[in-house]
Amino acid sequence: MYSLFDIKPGQHGIVQRLETEGAMRRRLLDIGLVENTQVECLGRSPSGDPSAYLIRGAVIAIRSEDSRKIRMKEV
Amino acid sequence: MGLTNGAVGLQVLNSRFEIQRRKDTDHVIALAGNPNVGKSTVFNALTGLNQHTGNWPGKTVSNAQGYCVWKEYGYVLVDIPGTYSLMAHSAEEEVARNFICFGDPDAIILVCDATCLERNLNLVLQTIEISSKVLVCVNLMDEARRKHIQIDLELLSQRLGVPVVSTVARKKQSLSGLMDALERVCKVDSIAHTVQPVQYPQAVEDALQILEPAVCTYQEHCEKKLNSRWLSLQLLDMDEALEQEIVAYLGENFLTDPLLKEARQTAKSILLEKGIDQQRLKDLIVSALVGTAQQICEGVVVYKKEAYAAFDRRLDRVLTSRFTGYPIMLIFLALIFWLTISGANYPSQLLSSGLFWIQDQLSALFAAVHAPQWLHGALVLGVYRVLAWVVSVMLPPMAIFFPLFTLLEDAGYLPRIAYNLDQPFKRCCACGKQALTMCMGFGCNAAGVVGCRIIDSPRERLLAILTNNFVPCNGRFPTLITILSMFFVIASSGIISSLFSAALLTMVILLGIALTFATTKLLSKTLLRGVASSYTLELPPYRRPQIGRVIVRSIFDRTVFVLGRAVAVAAPAGLLIWLMANITVGETSVLQHCAAFLDPFARLMGLDGVILLAFILGFPANEIVVPIIIMTYMAQGSLIELGSLAQMKELFVANGWTWVTALCVILFSLLHWPCSTTLLTIKKETGSWKWTAVAFLLPTLLGIGCCMVTAAIGRIFI
Repeated sequence: MYSLFDIKPGQHGIVQRLETEGAMRRRLLDIGLVENTQVECLGRSPSGDPSAYLIRGAVIAIRSEDSRKIRMKEV
Repeated sequence: MGLTNGAVGLQVLNSRFEIQRRKDTDHVIALAGNPNVGKSTVFNALTGLNQHTGNWPGKTVSNAQGYCVWKEYGYVLVDIPGTYSLMAHSAEEEVARNFICFGDPDAIILVCDATCLERNLNLVLQTIEISSKVLVCVNLMDEARRKHIQIDLELLSQRLGVPVVSTVARKKQSLSGLMDALERVCKVDSIAHTVQPVQYPQAVEDALQILEPAVCTYQEHCEKKLNSRWLSLQLLDMDEALEQEIVAYLGENFLTDPLLKEARQTAKSILLEKGIDQQRLKDLIVSALVGTAQQICEGVVVYKKEAYAAFDRRLDRVLTSRFTGYPIMLIFLALIFWLTISGANYPSQLLSSGLFWIQDQLSALFAAVHAPQWLHGALVLGVYRVLAWVVSVMLPPMAIFFPLFTLLEDAGYLPRIAYNLDQPFKRCCACGKQALTMCMGFGCNAAGVVGCRIIDSPRERLLAILTNNFVPCNGRFPTLITILSMFFVIASSGIISSLFSAALLTMVILLGIALTFATTKLLSKTLLRGVASSYTLELPPYRRPQIGRVIVRSIFDRTVFVLGRAVAVAAPAGLLIWLMANITVGETSVLQHCAAFLDPFARLMGLDGVILLAFILGFPANEIVVPIIIMTYMAQGSLIELGSLAQMKELFVANGWTWVTALCVILFSLLHWPCSTTLLTIKKETGSWKWTAVAFLLPTLLGIGCCMVTAAIGRIFI
């Protein structure tokens, strides 16, 4: 299992699929997090969670329990 | 027009919205776009209105309208809440979609962020599917230039099939191109789409091909029409709320029309044959939109520098890092307070001596015309004196605090606060965006409560609403500052004294924030049980704040507004106090009767009857608490000239104040019922008297408890 959460600050990854349901899934789709989207982890909040990701030119913070459900492609 | 109670459906957005045309020839224009792309700035620049703007997503939570005239036509501009999509997942998105689909705007301006165009195109593509009268406005061109991002507007327009203009909304002159283009869009009846921007996967297109003819046939009899391709797509995947909207718009038989029903079933079975269920369909639609946006941007957007956002990243690393994130927040907070306190000191004294000089002149005038004693008392000693107090105590700190705060807001620091504080809020089972509403509370709690609409989960929104009052609003700052500097600052003047005041005030605020967390957690475990729901928070690019405009705007929008409200309340309150102090029942005045009645209970809380009475009379606006206390003490006989803080302290000490009293006043100022405006706003936002009562009781009971404990401990030392 390789999820968005495993991407460390400064690293890149490519989305394989979303394993979330309902409102969160739609929200992630809206910000452009579809299959094959490249994501870069920019950093973590001072308390370690959430983390900030660069997604299609925008910086979005996502909590760890959600980022764990975003499956990334194995490199 | 479209947006009625029923249409919006959610209680949070329950104000009726009606378009106000001034002339029949006026065009109604919807102003839509992603959150935080400068829609409100465009709106303000065009209409001359003052919608709140600031660099964080979610400021505009309901539709606002304004009017502007360009050349021969008038335009009613409707500022729609920012959304990423029109698929209506949240209240704002529903408001936006309903207005674009069913509000019959004559044209839609889609404001886009030039620095983040690809993401913005998702909404643009969805809107183009609904309406042909779309004008794309690529805003923030100055920011894009600064980041060396080039945009080929002509190519973009070609690929989208709609006109595209560029603007720098903060510079008014750049908007003339927008208005000229808008005029052209409004003039033509309908723009024939030359391109079909979004192509869906073959199975979806097949299903659409079956549905579209049936939809066209059905709509032939309808008075109003919707785009048939869009409507067909919705028929494949529709929720109840949208269904009702469409029925209301097209007609009752929309759901029962046999031809349409049959086509719908056939289309759905085609999809199912290919293994496309509802969720898969949604994914396919969104992927097609995102993919199209990506394709369109290729060649349109050119990043001339690889690290176009290097500065933002560097700044983020400092402002949100593990070691510096929290200390910097604290330093900003303390710095703002220090600048406010040290900067307000001198002008406050100047104002106060000026205004009291006027009072003397007024008294002389009244004496010269032999006005009756009671008239002089009521108007000059009552109304005018309280007004003078409110203005001289409140105006300088506000005129400094608001611009400073707005600078941070404009630069884009507020979302970073939410990012830094998300974890603590999550521990309290709440939403990180509550940090944003908490920050708004510093300005005005009522505004903070309205701002809670940015929180999607109803439970978490209610938590934020109920706890907003724990951060002191601007009406309470002067009280806190005055009493802190009077009783707890040892150094008499100079930088050390103001630094000390600022540090103390910061501690009081931190106490308020700690209590926000504590009560949020308490509510999450009792009345509002639940776990933190997931959400995404956008951290927008930093923008250079426009210092001149910030100052003008925050002084005129906020300071004058808040001060106006305080003055409107202070004048009648001044009259009331004077009357109460001068109407006697038996031997003593009504004021003394009331104060004496409250006194025993107030003593338990470490206060006295006068202070508690002042807080009660200050219910309409907290600003007038200290002036009422002063008025009442002075009316009780100890008449001294009040020019400085030292004299004020003398008056208070003469009335039995100790440092324990001061501490209890500070605590009670932080922890008591919200002002009447805030309570009414809470009632409006929650739609429930029960929650309004909770919002009243929670801080009040907590305040009474804290004060009693403090007073009890304090008595040991005195």
